[in-house]
Amino acid sequence: MVYSDTVMDHFKNPRNVGEIKDADGTGNVGNPMCGDMMTITIEVKDNVISDIKFKTFGCAAAIATSSMITELVKGLTIEDALKITKDDIVENLGGLPPIKLHCSNLAADALKKAIDDYREKLNK
Amino acid sequence: MIMVKKSVYLDNSASTRVLDEVVSAMIPYFTEIYGNPSSLHSFGIKAKKALDDSRKIVANSINANPEEIIFTSGGTESDNIAVFGVAAARKDGRIITTKIEHPAIKNTVQKLKTQGFEVLFIDVDYEGFINIKQLEESINADTILVSIIHANNEIGTIQDIETIGNIIKTKNPNTYFHVDAVQSYMKLPIDVVSAKIDLLSIASHKIHGPKGVGALYIRNGVKLKSLQLGGSHEKNLRAGTENVPGIVGFAKAVELNLVDLEEYTKNLVFLRDRLIDGIEKRIPHVILNGPRGVSRNSNNVNISFKHIEGESILLYLDMQGIAVSTGSACSSTSLKPSHVLEAIGLPVEICHGSIRFTLSRYTTKEEIDYVLEVFPKIIAKLRALSPLNAN
Ligand SMILES: Cc1ncc(COP(=O)(O)O)c(C=O)c1O
Ligand SMILES: [Zn+2]
Repeated sequence: MVYSDTVMDHFKNPRNVGEIKDADGTGNVGNPMCGDMMTITIEVKDNVISDIKFKTFGCAAAIATSSMITELVKGLTIEDALKITKDDIVENLGGLPPIKLHCSNLAADALKKAIDDYREKLNK
Repeated sequence: MIMVKKSVYLDNSASTRVLDEVVSAMIPYFTEIYGNPSSLHSFGIKAKKALDDSRKIVANSINANPEEIIFTSGGTESDNIAVFGVAAARKDGRIITTKIEHPAIKNTVQKLKTQGFEVLFIDVDYEGFINIKQLEESINADTILVSIIHANNEIGTIQDIETIGNIIKTKNPNTYFHVDAVQSYMKLPIDVVSAKIDLLSIASHKIHGPKGVGALYIRNGVKLKSLQLGGSHEKNLRAGTENVPGIVGFAKAVELNLVDLEEYTKNLVFLRDRLIDGIEKRIPHVILNGPRGVSRNSNNVNISFKHIEGESILLYLDMQGIAVSTGSACSSTSLKPSHVLEAIGLPVEICHGSIRFTLSRYTTKEEIDYVLEVFPKIIAKLRALSPLNAN
C-alpha cells in the first residue's frame, strides 16, 4: 500500500493544526476505539469561514484528509463549504488506497457538525 | 521524496538480513550441485548428502534425531502440517491452543473448528503468560493436540514449555504437544526431549537464513497424515523436490548462530533494555507490552504510545530511516487491534498506538541511540495533532 505524494505531504506537514479558542463552531466525530477521531473548530465572519483548525487521532489517511478539508474550505461561504464532499477531498489528495477510503469519511462529517454547531449558536 | 538519513532495521521478527557466509554457502547449490536429491546419479547423490548434512545440523540444535526433521517452506507450512496432520490422523477430538498464537496456528485451528473439532483457547495474563491451571484442567481424554507459541511474535512473552510439556504428558500421554518456536529458535535453548515436545515448527528467515525454508520436528512415533500429495519426499509428509540451496543456507545459519549464541544474546538483551529504558525515560504516557527481564524474548520491544495511532508513528519513523511494525492495521472497515494485545487486556484505543521494535545481531548501540534521539520529537509532533492529548 502506497500513499500519493499529496497525502504524504499533508501527513508530514499538516495544515491548520490546532483548536480555535472560543470558536464559532465545533465538530467532534469518531471515537478512539474505532481508531479515528477528529475535532474541527471554525471561525465565521460575514458567513465566511475565516479560520479553521483540526486535531485528529488516526492513520496517515485520516490526518491527510483532515488537513486537506481545512485548506479546501478556508475562505468559503458556509453554503459552499457544505458542498464539499468526501470525494472532493480524496480527489484533491490524488486518491487514497481503496482500503483507506473509509478513513476519509470523518473529515466531511466533522466539518458539517462544526457548521451545525455554528448555526445553532446563531439561532440562540 | 523522502530523505532517508539513516537506515535502521528494527523489524527482525518479520524477517532478517541473511548472513554473508550463508549466501556463500548456498551459491554452489544453484550452479554446481543442482541435482535432484532423489536422483540416483552423482549429481543427485551430492545434493542428497547436502540435505542429510543439513538435517543433522538442524536436528542437533534441538536435541532431535535427523530422521525426526522434515524440511518445509517455512513456519506457516510447518504449523499447517503439524495441526492439520494431527487432525487428519486422529479424525476428531479436542484441540487446545492459546489466545496469542500467530495466524498460522490461529487460523488453522479455527478451520478445524468448522470441521467439528472442539477448539479451546487458553487465556493469558496481562504480560502474556498462559493460564497454566486452565490448560491443565482443559486437557481431557479426548484431547489430541496442545499447540503453544514459545516466544510470542508480537510482545515477546516466553512460555515455560518444559512445565507445559510435563503437564500435558501427565494429564494425557496420548495428547500431542506442538510448539511454534519460529520466534524463539536460536534465541532460546530448545530441547525437544526434556520439554516432551512431539512437534516443533521453525523458520530459516527469522535466524538470518533465506526465506521460504523451515522445518518441522516430528518425534519418532508421532502419527501425522500428509496434506500435500506427490512423491515420497520428506517421509511422505511433504511431497515436492526439496529446496536444496535454501536448506543448505538454513543449516549454515544455524551453525553460525550457535558459534556465539550466548554472547550475542547478552548483547541483544542489553540493547533491548537500553531501548525500553530510553523510551520510558524520554517519552511520557507509554506502556511496555509483555514482561520484563528473562521471560521476554531477547530481541523484542513492544510499546504503546497513548493518544496516537500506530501507522502514523510507523510512517514518521520510516521517514527517519527507521523500520518498525505496528500491532494494528487500519484496513477493511475499521481499525482492527491485534488479537494478542486484546488478549492481554490492553484497552482498544491504546492497542492502536502500539509499535513493535525487533532487534537482531546486526543492531548496534548507535542505532538504538539514534532511535532514542529522533523518537521523542516524532511522538511530540503526533501528540500535538491529537484531540485526545488535551483531555
Ligand atoms: C510465531 C510465528 N509462527 C509462524 C510464523 C510464520 O512463519 P513463515 O513466515 O516462515 O511462514 C511466524 C512469522 O512471523 C511467527 O512469528
Ligand atoms: Zn485510518
